[in-house]
Amino acid sequence: MELRKINDFTWEIPKQGAMRVPAIIYASERLLATVKKDQTLEQAKNVACLPGIQKYSYVMPDGHQGYGFPIGGVAAFDLEEGIISPGGVGYDINCGVRLLRTDYREKDLAGRRRELLAEIFKEVPAGVGKGGVTKLSRNVLVEILTKGAEWAVENGYGSREDLLLTEENGRMKEADPSYLSSRALERGIPQLGTLGSGNHFLELQKVETIYNAEIARVFGIEEPGQILVMIHCGSRGLGHQVATDFIELMENKIGLKGLPDRELINAPIKSTLGQQYYKSMCAAVNYAFANRQMIAHWVREVFSRVLGSSAGMRQIYDVCHNVAKIEKHRINGQEKLVCVHRKGATRSFGPGRPEIPAAYRPFGQPVIIPGSMGTASYILIGTKEAEELSFSSTAHGAGRVMSRHEALRRFRGEQVRNQLQAKGIELQSTSLKGVAEEASAAYKDVDEVVRTSHEIGIGRLVAKVVPLGVMKG
Amino acid sequence: MKRKKGFIYLDHPADAKFQAFGRSLEEAFSQAALAVASLMWEPERVKRAERRSVLVEGRDLEQLLFKFLSEILYLFEAKGFLLAAVSEVQILQPKAESGNGYQLKAVFEGDKRNNHYPVFGEVKAITYHDMRILQSAHVLIQVVVDM
Repeated sequence: MELRKINDFTWEIPKQGAMRVPAIIYASERLLATVKKDQTLEQAKNVACLPGIQKYSYVMPDGHQGYGFPIGGVAAFDLEEGIISPGGVGYDINCGVRLLRTDYREKDLAGRRRELLAEIFKEVPAGVGKGGVTKLSRNVLVEILTKGAEWAVENGYGSREDLLLTEENGRMKEADPSYLSSRALERGIPQLGTLGSGNHFLELQKVETIYNAEIARVFGIEEPGQILVMIHCGSRGLGHQVATDFIELMENKIGLKGLPDRELINAPIKSTLGQQYYKSMCAAVNYAFANRQMIAHWVREVFSRVLGSSAGMRQIYDVCHNVAKIEKHRINGQEKLVCVHRKGATRSFGPGRPEIPAAYRPFGQPVIIPGSMGTASYILIGTKEAEELSFSSTAHGAGRVMSRHEALRRFRGEQVRNQLQAKGIELQSTSLKGVAEEASAAYKDVDEVVRTSHEIGIGRLVAKVVPLGVMKG
Repeated sequence: MKRKKGFIYLDHPADAKFQAFGRSLEEAFSQAALAVASLMWEPERVKRAERRSVLVEGRDLEQLLFKFLSEILYLFEAKGFLLAAVSEVQILQPKAESGNGYQLKAVFEGDKRNNHYPVFGEVKAITYHDMRILQSAHVLIQVVVDM
């Protein structure tokens, strides 16, 4: 495939065939080499063919092959002529990350780390299809889908301040649960307040390196050794079912004609079905916000119980990694509202954007990029340049390079656990098989991903954190 | 009775990909169901204590397969049901005049989830990515699932 080098980190697939716009891939030479091995480029091209796409079909530095849209794919669509696609959001709607700061330092955890993690493991339900602690009624679920994290706060999980420090203040107002199928609700009822499994995790971390002390301080990160807590999970079976349902509804209503890939099924965003998907997606986003809000609350409770206090455990931010949003962007010199799909990408608004919390507005939003299990994670800051370069988006993680199957063949869960322990990282997991599947060698190098984001300027480095304890579903 | 498995797993960077085989569509669909279940638990260890009727319709065979396999995920998460075996599968050919595509009837046998059955993997969703249904002397099905 023809790939034009724009600069050391930017590659273009020129407009050709049915493409309405060119595609841009943000990658270092090394990352590009892995991208070329799978269908990422082909998928970026396919996305560029969709009606109403604006400027470019983008792939972020952690991009890899997904379904229909690549993971790490970002695309914005005109609200009149454009489309909305469940495949452009992903099955795990609002899979995202919440990060809490603490006043604790590594030394405060000396001898208590194992206990702390074990208590969190007891408190936060995790594992495959594991039920939560609360038995919800359908009416309460509908309220959660409408109000998101706000519901959680009203019911004693965390504080109002948390909402201010969450994307969308923890609630997408366009949510309309009445469009969700009975099956989506049934899958959502038992799983609220659960971490899930797969790549989802909860980590006790310490700050290792601070790259930008001024911004770090704004986010509440003061010095190396400071303890943070990261929570990575999404909308669970409810979100998966919303995606599954709307793929079918769109196929039946709109048909598959002219689609290069069936997973690219979409509906005009103006259409009734397009709007129903959007409003259902918003409801699933809210479920995930509530989910992370509850888990964060339990983590604070455990800190209080084990270490005596959870004061100072302020939320740094909570970001969505799989979502579609209506946002204002400057296109060809004109401000306009577009529907930005981010599938495995993080919003990275720079200074001045009204959507970000007042405390961060002069600087930019925190971008939270988890690494793979047992490796570093990063905190970045959104930039002004990202508005021009990527519809204010950057990477979301490491990105898999090895199949689960291959990982299972190569690694034993025991062995991975021992290696983590040798590095001083505690592990709690419901499944050693899951641990083997998530071995960090099965992922791209997250260091290279964030360095690329930083160099391009779509998200700049603030701090690097490393795990002290990992809880996996 | 020990039967040879009618499916294999292939390498896929992010998720799980498998091929299932059969002498008929029905048999290949059943094997595909077991391939999905085997990513989450060991169907051969699950008691056949409960029977659940399954009825799905699809505009084409791919959608029929997508919906059939999605049943396993729904029954697991919403009802706590672990699939052990698939029986009485019947795929009805499309009726030209109705334009309704295909219909599938089957019985899922299995048991309620309990601590005797380790559940070790989570399939989030079935996908159409690289989905193939090839019919010749034998039927070959290929599916990628999101994990």
